[in-house]
Formats: sequence, C-alpha cells, structure tokens
Amino acid sequence: MLQSVSDFLVITKRQLLQMIRIPEVLIFATIQPAMFVLLFRYVFGGAIDSGVEGGYVQLLMPGIFVQTVAFTLAATAVGLAADMQKGLIDRFRSLPISRSAVVIGRTVGDTLQNVVTLIVMGLVGFLVGWRPSSGPVKIFLGFLFLLAFGYSMSWIGVIIGLSVREERVAQNLVFMTVFPLTFLSNAFAPTTGMPKILQYFAEWNPVSTMVAACRELFGTENVFGATANSWPSQNPILMSLIYMFLLVAIFAPISVRKYVKVSK
Amino acid sequence: MKSIIAHELLKTYDKGAVKALDGLSLEVEEGTVLGLLGPNGSGKTTTVRVLATLLTPDSGSAIVAGIDVLKHPDEVRKVIGLSGQYAALDETLTGWDNLTMFGRLYHLNSSSAKKRAEELLEKFSLTDAARRPIKTYSGGMRRRLDLAASLIVKPKVLFLDEPTTGLDPRGRMEMWGVIDELVKGGVTLLLTTQYLEEADHLADSIAVIDSGKVIARGTADELKNQVGGERLEITVEENQITEATRLVEQVSGAKPSVDPGIRKISAPVSNGSASLIQVLRLLDEAKIHPLDIGLKRPSLDDVFISLTGHVAEVVVEPEVGGKNAAKRK
Ligand SMILES: Nc1ncnc2c1ncn2[C@@H]1O[C@H](COP(=O)(O)OP(=O)(O)OP(=O)(O)O)[C@@H](O)[C@H]1O
Ligand SMILES: [Mg+2]
Repeated sequence: MLQSVSDFLVITKRQLLQMIRIPEVLIFATIQPAMFVLLFRYVFGGAIDSGVEGGYVQLLMPGIFVQTVAFTLAATAVGLAADMQKGLIDRFRSLPISRSAVVIGRTVGDTLQNVVTLIVMGLVGFLVGWRPSSGPVKIFLGFLFLLAFGYSMSWIGVIIGLSVREERVAQNLVFMTVFPLTFLSNAFAPTTGMPKILQYFAEWNPVSTMVAACRELFGTENVFGATANSWPSQNPILMSLIYMFLLVAIFAPISVRKYVKVSK
Repeated sequence: MKSIIAHELLKTYDKGAVKALDGLSLEVEEGTVLGLLGPNGSGKTTTVRVLATLLTPDSGSAIVAGIDVLKHPDEVRKVIGLSGQYAALDETLTGWDNLTMFGRLYHLNSSSAKKRAEELLEKFSLTDAARRPIKTYSGGMRRRLDLAASLIVKPKVLFLDEPTTGLDPRGRMEMWGVIDELVKGGVTLLLTTQYLEEADHLADSIAVIDSGKVIARGTADELKNQVGGERLEITVEENQITEATRLVEQVSGAKPSVDPGIRKISAPVSNGSASLIQVLRLLDEAKIHPLDIGLKRPSLDDVFISLTGHVAEVVVEPEVGGKNAAKRK
C-alpha cells in the first residue's frame, strides 16, 4: 500500500519536473485561458447584457474556470498518448510497480498543474474586474470544486490517451468533444436562446451544473442558468458532485484495467 | 538450469490473419546469451514482449528465471531488465532525471537511486550529458541511457531488442563492449538482432526465426557447418587469373568459381590451412603474388539465406527514439 503511494508520487513528480524543464508548456497552458478571459471580457462582454451586479465578468469567470479544468481531460489524454507512442508506458509496465501508479500519478499531476493555472487565471480575472463576493471559505470551496472536477475529467482523458495511442489523434478527438461540451452550456451565454432540445442538453451538461455551482460558490446569481427549471439547474452543487463521483467511479477502474492490458 | 523457457507461443493479430508467433519455442541456459536472429516482421519484438510480461500470448507458456510469466508477471518484473527496440525515455527530462525516476520505481530509496544513477552514467560515459534533456541526445546516447535504465537493479535476465539498430559503426562497437561486460557479470541475455555478425559476436547460441517460428538453432559454428565447409578465396592481378585458377583447382579438386570483376577466385577445400599453404607454395613457384588470400567459412549471411530463402533485409531504421520512431507500427 505504502509502496503504491510512493510509486504514484514518483510519476507525479516526473510531471512536475517536466513543468520545470519545459516551462513553455505551463506558460501556454496559462496564457490561453488568460487570453480567453480578456477576449470574452472585452469583445463579448459589452454585447452581452448580464443584468448582474458587477457585470458580465462575474458570470464569465466561473465559465472560463470550468472550461479550463474540463480541458484537463485533454492534457491527460495527450500526455498519455505521447507516453504510449514513445514506448514509455511499455517501460513502466515492465517495472515492478503497482498497476494503478502510472494513471493515478498522471491524473494527480495534471490536477496539480491546474492549481497553477487557476491561480494565474484568478489573478487575471481580478485585474479585469472579477470580484467574488461569497467570502474566503466559499471561494476556497469553489476552487476546490474546480480542481475536483478537473480531476474527474482527467480519468476520461486516461481512457482516450490509452486508446488512441497517438498524440495528434488524442489532440483532435479531445477538442472535438470538449469544445462542444463547453459551448453547449451556460458558461458564456444564457441557454434560453438555444433550440428547446439543446436547452435540455445544456441543463444536464455537467459543464453547466459545474458553472452554476461555481457561480453559487463565488456569490453570483446564475442568470444564464435555469430555463426549464430542471433538477440539475435547481441543484447544481449536488448534481456536480454526483457527476464527479460517477466519472471517477466508472472511468478509474476501466482506466486501470485498460492500462494493465494495453499493448501496441 | 534454464533461465528462459518459451513453449509453443502463439500470438495472432487481426482475428488470426496475422500470426506474429506461430508456435515459437526456445530455451536459454542460465548465464548465457541467446541471439534471436530474424528478418523484419519475423516476431522478434513479439517474443521479447511476451517474455517481458508486456503481451499475453493466445496460447503457450513461458518461464523466466523459474517464474511462470503468465501466472506471476509481477514477480517476473522484479528480476528482468528490458530495453526495447526504441529507446523509451522521458524526452523532456534529463538523463539524470530519468535514471533517478526509474531507480525510485525499482523501489530504491532516494539516496540509493541517486547513487545508482551516478554509477550508471559514469559506466555508460554519459556523465557530461547527465544534466541535459534526452531530446538533445544522439541516437547512441539514448540507446546507452535506455540500456542503463534497464540495469538499475541488476537483473537476472535481460532482454535487449535490437540494441544496436540505428547506431553508427562506432556506436555499435561501444554497445558491443558494454554488452560483453554485462555478460561477463553473469546475466542471462536474450538479444534480438537483424545483424548476423552481431549474433556471431555476442551470442553463445543463436535461434534463427522466421514467420514466428524458430527455424534453426545452434552455435554460430554449427549453423555455418549446416551450410557447408570452408572455401579458399584468393585475389590476384588480372593477367594472372587463368594461371591461378588452374593452380587452385589442382589443390581443391573442384572447379573454382571466378569473379573477374573483383578478380577473385574461390573453391571449396577440405584440409583447411594445409590446403592454403599448398596453394601459396604453388603460387610462389609460379611467381604469382596474390593480393589477398584466405580461408573463408560460410558467413551467417549464407546461413540466413539458405534457411529463410531470402536475403536479410537491410532496412534503414528511423533514428532511434527520434521523432520518426513514432511512426512505427
Ligand atoms: N499490434 C499488431 N497488430 C497487427 N499485427 C501486428 C501487431 N504487432 C505485430 N504485428 C505483426 O506481427 C509480426 C511480427 O512482428 P514483430 O514486431 O514481432 O516483428 P520483428 O521481428 O520485431 O520485426 P522488426 O525487425 O521489424 O522489428 C509482423 O508481421 C507484424 O506486422
Ligand atoms: Mg522488432
């Protein structure tokens, strides 16, 4: 048991070392969401009538936070696919380490990268007028929620990474799935403008429940939310927790099994 | 004691359409080197991957260091070292980072892992490059580091899949030196290669495989004897070919074959060096001074061709571990 913990920590440490050895990756991973903040804030911000105190940026920041952590799935998938491609996964599999070490190490490592990204984005947000008003405890809880969501999304990334085995395929596949998910949600605009069928999808979309939960935790009224008065939009925090639990409960065991069997 | 036993391994792909291993069996005596020699696609990598617990065969059994590979893969992993066909390292990390990471994964404590990394870097002449990312390493350096990583805890059984493919002649000689030394240290080694002279140089015994089966095995000498005996080969000046051919025939008793292009005459001989001396004396009397003369045993190339029915393919391999390595199947 102790041994498996130390195994996965070694794998996690490897990722932190990578961040130090090629800081460009982290810099770009941070610049991109920061750019999103600025673009949405200043390009669309003026056009979208938010109707909340403090303006659109209060609604926008939780949206961008969630979008960013949803992309942890991409980081995990691409990272693992690259390791597969280079034969590193094979090498790890030939070592006497616990079967879950490599995948747990990877998901934890990617989550730690999110810590840095979220701090930077939070600061950029603050500079452009984001003012969470719920007090330190709830703000802290909000960020914890974001990290937990990123972590559970990361497990889907494990499966994609181990299945496609090629970095570029992983990249494309991931963008094709995550982008629609973040745009078919209440992250950037009200869902009321969408066709009815998409509205239902958007309300059950975990990204929406996460965004709604974060808005609540950061103390902003979710005016982009409930249109059909569905249960998820009424209980976003609970629903998000259920989603996260399901993601990990379903995908973590599948991932570990996949890792054990995976071979080129 | 046998250190490696593979019995009737079968591995198919694409619903049986591709037989990567087709009833492959082999044995390696403890402390010896088996060279697994075969052309592209013959099943070398597949064999290594099965024995190193990475791949489950459709049927058959395998025992490594006395442990059943299929039943107790975790136990096998504790006693083997594997260096695959393509260097498998974290390219963004330094050589030092890689070795200490693998050391930790072999459950050395932090200071032992560092000490071991230091030793191995020294041993493989990589100390100067230790703090550089692997990305900046040459193919040969990557290969050496990859091998080093498989030696962190002294393995009982070592698998090396084409350890010198993609290396220049000097890199290959260095690698041979390193492997020779390992073997002296008593490790049991299974090594795959497409280079016939490499098997000749490094292996105690050779198994020739083709289409997933062992089609011949023995020492290099035994394999060569299967193909035929010694031949005498001499090279002379152009205007002396006719006369020299006559003299060679006199000794050999068989009609020599002559390659006028390179002015080489060759004929089978039965008495080895005695025949050589006899020919030299006759040539000397006839005032012919050969440019080159020697006894030649059939090369493993000859063995290979006669066994597999085709010439060992010489493929230009993508640079080891480089971007192109990604394009492998
Ligand atoms: N994942 C796979 N799917 C389909 N066929 C495969 C797979 N892996 C191997 N093969 C096939 O199995 C056969 C044996 O492959 P293997 O990699 O063991 O050959 P090899 O002797 O190592 O060749 P090389 O010298 O090119 O490395 C080949 O015909 C190969 O195409
Ligand atoms: Mg191979």
